[in-house]
Amino acid sequence: MNRFIGFIRKEFYHILRDRRSLFILFGMPIVQVMLFGFAITNEINNVDIAILDHSKDTNTKKIINKIAASQYFSVKAYLNSEAEIPVAFKKGKIKAVLNFEKDFSKNMVTQKVAKVQILTDATDPNTANTISNFVGAILQNYQQETNKGINLPYQIVPKTRMVFNPELKSVFMFVPGVMTIILMLVSAMMTSISITREKELGTMEILLVSPLKPFQVIVGKVIPYILLSIINAVVIILLSIFVFKMPVQGSLLLLGAESTLFIINALSLGILISTISTTQQTAMMISLMGLMLPVILLSGFIFPISSMPMPLQLISNIIPAKWFIIIIKGIMLKGVGLAFVWKETLILIGMTIFFITVSVKKYKIRLE
Amino acid sequence: MNIIRYIIQKEFKQIFRNKAMLPIIFVLPLVQLIILSNAATFDVKNIKFAYIDNDNSSISRELVEKFDASTYFDVVSNFPSSKLANKAMLEGKVDVILEIPSHFERELVKNKKADLSVSINAIDGAAAGVENVYINQIVQQFNRGVQVQSFVSSDLGNLPQNIETIPSFWYNETLNYKTFMVPGILVLLVTMITLFLSGMNIVREKEIGTLEQINVTPIKKHQFIIGKLFPFLVLGMVLLTVGLIISKLLFQVPIVGSLTLLYFYTTIYILVILGMGLFISNFTDTQQQAMFIAWFFMVIFILMSGLFTPIESMPQWAQWVTEFNPIKYYVEVMRMVMLKGAGLSDIYPQVLKTLLFAITMNALAVVSYKKVN
Repeated sequence: MNRFIGFIRKEFYHILRDRRSLFILFGMPIVQVMLFGFAITNEINNVDIAILDHSKDTNTKKIINKIAASQYFSVKAYLNSEAEIPVAFKKGKIKAVLNFEKDFSKNMVTQKVAKVQILTDATDPNTANTISNFVGAILQNYQQETNKGINLPYQIVPKTRMVFNPELKSVFMFVPGVMTIILMLVSAMMTSISITREKELGTMEILLVSPLKPFQVIVGKVIPYILLSIINAVVIILLSIFVFKMPVQGSLLLLGAESTLFIINALSLGILISTISTTQQTAMMISLMGLMLPVILLSGFIFPISSMPMPLQLISNIIPAKWFIIIIKGIMLKGVGLAFVWKETLILIGMTIFFITVSVKKYKIRLE
Repeated sequence: MNIIRYIIQKEFKQIFRNKAMLPIIFVLPLVQLIILSNAATFDVKNIKFAYIDNDNSSISRELVEKFDASTYFDVVSNFPSSKLANKAMLEGKVDVILEIPSHFERELVKNKKADLSVSINAIDGAAAGVENVYINQIVQQFNRGVQVQSFVSSDLGNLPQNIETIPSFWYNETLNYKTFMVPGILVLLVTMITLFLSGMNIVREKEIGTLEQINVTPIKKHQFIIGKLFPFLVLGMVLLTVGLIISKLLFQVPIVGSLTLLYFYTTIYILVILGMGLFISNFTDTQQQAMFIAWFFMVIFILMSGLFTPIESMPQWAQWVTEFNPIKYYVEVMRMVMLKGAGLSDIYPQVLKTLLFAITMNALAVVSYKKVN
């Protein structure tokens, strides 16, 4: 046991001596959380649009003013003809053009209907759709104002309550996601590289013939990283609470326990990667190339899993990050306890056991 | 010139000798392109919908049917009480709860107006906003249906004025996300492979000690660097080519613009990334450090590239930060050229800035490389 503790101590010194890596390990996540927490949002704001007004009457002017006054749009250009539309779109700045028909106001009175075309640059379908909806809503508002006095019979009015996130802050989506990505990749990368490094430099052989059992060697190498990652997790959680005003409705203790579980899960995945790779380069390419995009895309961090095609929804189940994101959102935003996330927790535990078992088996083979 | 050729030859041999790396370099990115492009969609579909019908009248049932018929909503269940419905939402089984108050029909007939309460799980604020729009559309349609039935012809003169909006989606009429995402994901894969491989390459020689050996040979620094980096440029181009073929054949992404322009830009772009890789190599002692730094920049570049979330929505300072993000320009160029058919005059600013980055980055890399030795 003494020898084991001595080994852990040695590993610690090893990490602490490498100032540059330490700086990277602790500095990076902080910078990333701050940057993304403030910057990443899929809300639509200040979209540049252009106006093509064939009518130029009081109604169109009022509508344009209304649109320019909204926080969603800024009117960047006035076009004179349809021919200018593709030119504006190709430069890439203008995302939509409002095309008012000729005699807009006159048509409103005589025909009871006036037409406006909303041309959007739909290379980004999400933005295009949202712009279309927002312009539509502004126009409807305007229409209601002009129609005041006319009684519309039979109105069912939905009263909407936004649960768990009344202000629709996108930071509530992104902070848990960023936290997950950082913990997952930093942890997995650390162990996968540190163990293969010993292999590549030839020092692993020496460790394995030492009186320490292979199991102890692995655990000894991992323990310092568990502590480092826990510190990372604490820093991230503190930032999300104090800087981004994320609520922690549920138990802080449970949040800590689940984060530790997830860290151990990621570290054991790292060990698994290190068993199948012989060089640091391979280990790192597997953990970076193999984990980064799937974790970002299939975890529900940015894109809703329920909208994906069925096969992908099934694949997403093997991404540990998916379950962790469900757990932290549950604890932080919904305020649920273990009774609500026990299934997700069990899945993470099961995955961890699986990673460790496979790794241990592989290491035994190596020793023979 | 001969020396460079030999180094390039050696580097290629080294890449192809490492059997474990080959699938990671060539297969993994393409498999990801094929699989993950399907995941990147902001479409809101399969919304788990539940209702509590306290009225149980013909109108309330008709309204629920309208939701049932919509393709967006999957009706999960009918809850007897809002308490049970709220619990289901906590458990994540339900996204939207519609509660129809008792005396709903009576209110509507008597006061010509009735309220509905709707609860939406808003943790994903963007999705919640879209769900809200869908719900309003369905209810409004329902309203109009009831109104038309009840309109008397004498009211016609007093008809409200309407503004009709005609949406028209350019360059991507069907609002297909793959058209939008495939070029962007291809950018990421090309960037990741070239950055990670080049970033690790020289530091690896340092770590193993072979760099010392090369330094005592008559090979000049620039020959060494060119020889080292050229294979990765080729690799990036091969990846781009296969990726473009997959985009076209598998995802039917239109390639409207000029391929020559795309390759021309990509060459400049990969030079930027290789310069970065070299720079990282110079400033680190171990592959581990090199990787952490490469990863750090990669995550920032990806998330602030406008690939997944729009740059216009970022705060002003963040938009300034993105000015220094090469991935942002590459994503823009790919989408502009492939989807809109933009020409050199349209992407001129991006080309210029990327070129500037390439020169700066490589100059810095070469200068710092000398210092280290």
